[in-house]
Amino acid sequence: MKIREVVELLNAKVVSGQALLDAEVEYCFASDLMSDVLTVETDNLMLLTGLANLQTIRTSEMSDISKIIFVRKKKATDEMIKLAAENEMILIECDYSMFKTSGILYKSGLKPVY
Amino acid sequence: MMHFEYHVEGGNFTKAGAASSQLKKILKQLNVDPKIIKRIVVALYEAEVNIVAHAFEGDIFIDIDTEKIGIKLVDQGPGIADIELAMQKGYSTASPSVREMGFGAGMGLPNIKNNSDELKITSQVNIGTTVELVTYLNQ
Repeated sequence: MKIREVVELLNAKVVSGQALLDAEVEYCFASDLMSDVLTVETDNLMLLTGLANLQTIRTSEMSDISKIIFVRKKKATDEMIKLAAENEMILIECDYSMFKTSGILYKSGLKPVY
Repeated sequence: MMHFEYHVEGGNFTKAGAASSQLKKILKQLNVDPKIIKRIVVALYEAEVNIVAHAFEGDIFIDIDTEKIGIKLVDQGPGIADIELAMQKGYSTASPSVREMGFGAGMGLPNIKNNSDELKITSQVNIGTTVELVTYLNQ
């Protein structure tokens, strides 16, 4: 699935990295715990999280994650957007809960990592 | 043979990960296999976050040669009284502010072990902790 379709399905807003809208995404992982994110070995992963701070971006950088969706109306700060841009990431803000967001994306064919 | 050093401030979460980020850029330039880069930087990042979360300050020393990368993190801080206990998944002494950053679930040290080929931890209570990691580049 293209990120563009993900954004449409979630009625979400892209706040950084529009250039990645046509990139493909296959796997998704949902967590607020960055230590859990750092244990995932799957490539081409999209992160769903309610944790919006600089460490979300740093964790994604180390884990080679370039696609992040912030759920529960969490907003990316300017500092986060700057760091994400340096690492060529797309940041998406979504008003839905983690459960609803996960449900929509799972039903649409995105795969879990385990 | 390349050598790098970074200073880490305890408690400063806005800078946590800066050293790991620098190392990632260097390893990319050296054309190291992306899977190995990920192992190294995930291990270093967890260890760097540990200094920020628990210590007053610390220094990171990195040595890269054609076969391996050695990382030594030396901090001044409370130290670890029982290293075996600290290595157990789920054991943590992290503060609520560390947990707010998405860490402190007692997974850092096990994750460092999982992402390095050799790991050695020595510590003295009220003095500090030294973590040494080795990762081989050709595997």
